[in-house]
Amino acid sequence: MSKPRLVLIGNGMAGVRTVEELLKIKPDHYDITIFGAEPHPNYNRILLSPVLAGEMTIQEIVLNELDWYKENNITLHTGKQIAKIDRVNRKVVADDGTEEHYDRLLIATGSTPFMLPVPGNDLPGVIGYRDIKDTDEMIDAATRHKHAVVIGGGLLGLEAANGLKLRGMDVTVVHLGPWLLERQLDEVAGRMLQKSLEDKGLKFLLETQTEALIQGESGRVAAIRFKGGMQIPADLVVMAAGIRPNYGLAEKSGIYCNRGIVVNDTMQTYDPKIYAVGECVSHRGIAYGLVAPLFEQAKVAANHLAGYGIGRYTGSVTSTKLKVTGIDLFSAGDFMGGKDTEEIVLNDPHGGVYKKLVIKDNKLVGGVMYGDTADGPWYFQLLKDGRDIHDIRDSLIFGQNLVGDVGHAGKSKAAEMADSAEVCGCNGVTKGVIVQAIKAKGLFTLDEVKKHTKAASSCGSCAGLVEQILASTIGGAYTPAALDTKPMCACTDHSHKAVREAIVAQHLTTKEAIFKALEWKTPNGCDKCRPAVNYYLISTFPHEAKDDPQSRFINERAHANIQKDGTYSVVPRMWGGLTTPAELRAIADAAEKYNVPTVKVTGGQRIDLLGVKKEDLPKMWADLNAAGMVSGHAYGKSIRTVKTCVGAEHCRFGTQKSMTMGIKLEKMLFDMYSPHKVKLAVSGCPRNCAEAGIKDVGVIGVDSGYELYIGGNGGIKTEVAQFLCKVRTDEEVMEYSGAFLQLYREEGWYLERTCHYMERVGLDYIKSKILEDEEGRKAYYFRLLDSLKDAKDPWQTSREEQPIKQFIPIKLEA
Amino acid sequence: MSNWKLICKLDDIPQLGSRVVQRATGGDIAIFRNAEDEVFALHDKCPHKAGPLSQGIVHGRRVTCPLHGWNIGLNDGQAVAPDVGSCSTFQVKVENGEVYLAL
Repeated sequence: MSKPRLVLIGNGMAGVRTVEELLKIKPDHYDITIFGAEPHPNYNRILLSPVLAGEMTIQEIVLNELDWYKENNITLHTGKQIAKIDRVNRKVVADDGTEEHYDRLLIATGSTPFMLPVPGNDLPGVIGYRDIKDTDEMIDAATRHKHAVVIGGGLLGLEAANGLKLRGMDVTVVHLGPWLLERQLDEVAGRMLQKSLEDKGLKFLLETQTEALIQGESGRVAAIRFKGGMQIPADLVVMAAGIRPNYGLAEKSGIYCNRGIVVNDTMQTYDPKIYAVGECVSHRGIAYGLVAPLFEQAKVAANHLAGYGIGRYTGSVTSTKLKVTGIDLFSAGDFMGGKDTEEIVLNDPHGGVYKKLVIKDNKLVGGVMYGDTADGPWYFQLLKDGRDIHDIRDSLIFGQNLVGDVGHAGKSKAAEMADSAEVCGCNGVTKGVIVQAIKAKGLFTLDEVKKHTKAASSCGSCAGLVEQILASTIGGAYTPAALDTKPMCACTDHSHKAVREAIVAQHLTTKEAIFKALEWKTPNGCDKCRPAVNYYLISTFPHEAKDDPQSRFINERAHANIQKDGTYSVVPRMWGGLTTPAELRAIADAAEKYNVPTVKVTGGQRIDLLGVKKEDLPKMWADLNAAGMVSGHAYGKSIRTVKTCVGAEHCRFGTQKSMTMGIKLEKMLFDMYSPHKVKLAVSGCPRNCAEAGIKDVGVIGVDSGYELYIGGNGGIKTEVAQFLCKVRTDEEVMEYSGAFLQLYREEGWYLERTCHYMERVGLDYIKSKILEDEEGRKAYYFRLLDSLKDAKDPWQTSREEQPIKQFIPIKLEA
Repeated sequence: MSNWKLICKLDDIPQLGSRVVQRATGGDIAIFRNAEDEVFALHDKCPHKAGPLSQGIVHGRRVTCPLHGWNIGLNDGQAVAPDVGSCSTFQVKVENGEVYLAL
């Protein structure tokens, strides 16, 4: 049986992106044919401005080389315009007579520049700014002519004007509006932009209407006349006064159009066999002219073309960045504001910095930045996530650094970094390598950069910085995924949030049930989603769902930490950091018996035996169990340690018995698995020798009781724990900290530390659950104790229940 | 002609898991079993930094190395793009619930 045929009209970014998405999720489903009117393979249209400015070459902006089409068995017709869609016989006809039958048709014809309806608009030397041909014509004109006029002071017009100026022309920008970029900037920012462009040598005529283009003796355009009679010389006129969706072909074929090809939320047109994406489309009355929304549309269209039928496109919030070197501006959302919004403004005209944030109901709804745009992506993320900003409002305008969010989310410094600066310390990846990969391979998402460069693929602490490099390299093409809708991994379109909710709502108790109910794209997940799903199951249904060892990372299967040479490290638990001579003797004996090469004291007050062979693990556990010791869980996304100071038992300053408190907490939490590792500390007085300020839960004894701090972190993201409350008794310490940890266990996403969880939901939310709702707190505490009531030492369980032979290699005779 | 050696019972390898076969020379071999009960054998050494693939998470027809997360194809030993590298494979068969390795 032959495969169904998919024909794509339009070899541009939106259409080809849809095909790429389709190939990713269902590679061999269709025979694919692509028609492109231009004689080139698919290239990155938004980078034409750097090409015009001489900063990049055409070769550098090609997204899919001809080989790509070949490798994917795609028939490509370049330089052929489709003249007719025959919907009755399901075929398309090109202007040279080429015919192609289709079962599904995808229209991605993009847009065309709007040519002002003035006399002379068809003269030689008058062009739009849309494709490689236009760019070549401008570059050519710059070598032979002097006076350029750009009509339109929007993004495209300014980029064209900048490029022509850099190529040596005398450039005037004519703009109808009262200030530049009036759709992206408010008046203050618009005037600042005009000033810096004037400093670069550009000239502006604002609120000026073009009346006619005048022909010179050579036949080419020679001058431009405005309303009121003023006239200036012009050897090249670039029309950049807007774009018009290119839907003539579709309309002529009887497909319903209304200022664009009208599509529903699945990107389907009124003809169910025909889909459309990109600038030619009108979705809920909006035609998008920026690239980021097109990629979201591509994903949805691909899913439906693949026959999966999930995913809807519901519109996009867009952000803007001007690609003119040396000028930084950024705008997003509703930046003008209105009568029901509030504004925070920072205005330093002398220093060339202007920032305006528009806030509605404690949420960021828009913003404009000029001069200092480093925080643009961060604001945009806040806007997309709809995060409540009232707790950071007083320092919001100063950006991410001052809000204190400097670690995990990345310092706002991507643009200023030198190419040789190291971005990813784990894998030694520099900014230059990342930028080059983004440009050479046409990368658009954080995941793609991770895969190709390995940056941010280990500890992840530089992910925010990598996202900023992406944003500054590809500008408007970059859309950060909103946190709660980001898919878990390539196996699914569902986010962590959606999966957790579905597990509860549909009472899914096995991974197979989840994969089926949520239509996983892979038979048994991958190394990313399976551990997450396994954790969600056992934490949601502690006595009902069965733990699946094969869905756990090796450390949690071997109850020890794998080392670079394949050996393991063993850490026995020392409750609250206390030990005894007998335990130390047993540890020493085990270390000698199994030839442990390295014995080290850890940061969490434990002893680490490094370099143990896997086959020796069960024997070592048996010896340590016999001496009364159990697993220290130093390997798990689980309770790790409760670190304590000496406290009132011995210390002359101590106010509370921190060692006793620490042991109680550690016994309560024994064998608790969580989204990520959890570390506690208890100090006996405010001198805080146990360093409780950087722990997931920190307890500090004071004369009248204890202070509780939560969400601290001493690792990837050094983060000071936040004060939660003060309590009087040991029992209260256990109840409040237990309830907080259970809340985190139930709502945290896999691999999200408490500090990230807290950043996501806000401290006020946690207080409302733990402090303000006594019954709720007790219920969380009860659920924690209930889920841990059968906790057993995994070393012992592993020895008794699991087929331990898996630890033993099969030996072959030589 | 291949020399088929009996290694273990299929049930000695957990589904989506592995066993290690130690050789006197030539390094360890990892034997994998996936959810469909297909069995594969690879040199137990990731092409990246020699991590023990036998300790990785098995999914579909791939294993993820426990050290730095490279994905290796179980049937061809090739690293999954964009990583580049390969790891030698061995012929393996299952007959009457017993696993044989060609050496």
